[in-house]
Amino acid sequence: MIYYDNVTKIYYDGAPPAVSDVTLNIEPGEFVSIVGHSGAGKTTLLKMLFAEISPTQGAVFFGEREIQTLSGKELLQLRRAIGTVFQDFRLLPTKNVYENIAFALEVAGKSDEDIQADVPHVLDLVGLAEKIWSFPHELSGGEQQRVAIARAIVGQPDVLLADEPTGNLDPINAHDVVEILKRINDLGTTVLLTTHNKSVVDSVGRRVVTMDQGRVVRDEAQGKYVL
Amino acid sequence: MNLWLNIKRVARYGLVGFIRNGFVSLAAILIMTITLFVVALLLIAGAALSSVLATLTDQVDVTVYFTPAATMDQINQIQQQLSALPQVATTTYISRDQALAAFQARHAGDQLTMQALQELGDNPLGAALEVRAKDTSQYATIAKYLENVQGAGPGTAIDTVNYQQNQAAISRLSNIINTSRALGLAIALFLAVSTLLITFNTIRLAIYTARDEIGIMNVVGAGRWYVRGPFIVAGVLYGLISGLVVLIVLYPLTLSFGAGSQAFFGTFNVFTYFTANFLLFFFTIFACGIGLGALSSYLAVRRYLKM
Repeated sequence: MIYYDNVTKIYYDGAPPAVSDVTLNIEPGEFVSIVGHSGAGKTTLLKMLFAEISPTQGAVFFGEREIQTLSGKELLQLRRAIGTVFQDFRLLPTKNVYENIAFALEVAGKSDEDIQADVPHVLDLVGLAEKIWSFPHELSGGEQQRVAIARAIVGQPDVLLADEPTGNLDPINAHDVVEILKRINDLGTTVLLTTHNKSVVDSVGRRVVTMDQGRVVRDEAQGKYVL
Repeated sequence: MNLWLNIKRVARYGLVGFIRNGFVSLAAILIMTITLFVVALLLIAGAALSSVLATLTDQVDVTVYFTPAATMDQINQIQQQLSALPQVATTTYISRDQALAAFQARHAGDQLTMQALQELGDNPLGAALEVRAKDTSQYATIAKYLENVQGAGPGTAIDTVNYQQNQAAISRLSNIINTSRALGLAIALFLAVSTLLITFNTIRLAIYTARDEIGIMNVVGAGRWYVRGPFIVAGVLYGLISGLVVLIVLYPLTLSFGAGSQAFFGTFNVFTYFTANFLLFFFTIFACGIGLGALSSYLAVRRYLKM
């Protein structure tokens, strides 16, 4: 489903490669944790999948299509097929929980009726049904991240990219977020999680790709966090 | 995807952004209002000056004054000669009695003149011929012709030929009109560029304010015009509001200057002109406002909204 074909990324001339000769295949429905120190190239890998940056060498495929050859319209379709969650949540402070999630659906052109039906449903899934009218500043960090996850999955994407989603959370909230990601994966969504949180990776118990200085140094089907 | 639904949402985001940037928007609206107001003044001034010119042009003629002793035969000969000229449109004969009646009517309130006239007893005025040319530029030729015939044959009956005064006034007014039009256009152009720059910067600020929304829109795969559209809508709103303000202000303003303008210009009433040509004002002002707003927003969005 996702295939990195011998990918190298150098941000500017003379810089060491952020990602170097990475070849990686991810099947539909997989839950892949990409681990490594800061600067190991985890986020660069995700950004290339999202077409935010292009590889310097090699190619990234989503399905049959090479991402860098997609037209503007196809790129929008790609982005709608991929949900993203970030370490800093990126919620809109002036909108309440309902509006934050509805915004993503509005942009995707969903009808008002669909939005009214889908938002409570997805909030149920992340366990925040009772906070639907709260504003982000009224929520804890863990709750804000759950809203961000709800926003990422409400459009029913094929893939969920979670870039350090537990980076700003305490262990209990981090555990809750991982449990939600696992539940989403159980429902059929492919999940790519980058983290350097050992307990998070160990609790997932699925495939672990370990990166170091831009290279994949370990790829285990049921891995642990080992650096 | 439902196009109408998207248009509605883009318009709503534009409106929300416009309200959120209220104070910054005010600057853009203010400068645009001034610009549109100047555009409206240009329309009015152009029409007023043209009307004055038309009135004056209409009043231009060559008048041939005959001596009181001139015979009807001499006058007829001159009239026939003039009518035969290709430049002449009409000739109107004014008899001595008509000239006297017109003189009396003109000086009805002037006791001294009327008394002097009465003391003369006889009609001191001669008959006259009013000559109209087909084109104002041809009066010089006609006047020259009359000067040539003066003093020989039936021309001896001619007392004076009146032509020069009006012509000088007309050419001066034409010059004033051309200069004021050029000056007005230059001012309008200068203001339009200022408007463009201020609105451009306003939209730039609005883009900065909305950077979080824009980021999320990009992440969730919003189309290019879904992200850009609201800023164009905001620019168009500046134009609409400014245009509305100008049209609303123009009504009482032209009303209060209506009578004064008529007294000043003669036939031109600024209020009558505004109401009679309301559609012209409506379309010109809104077209300029919306055009300026949309263009500035488009330029700002292209420059600052990288996707």
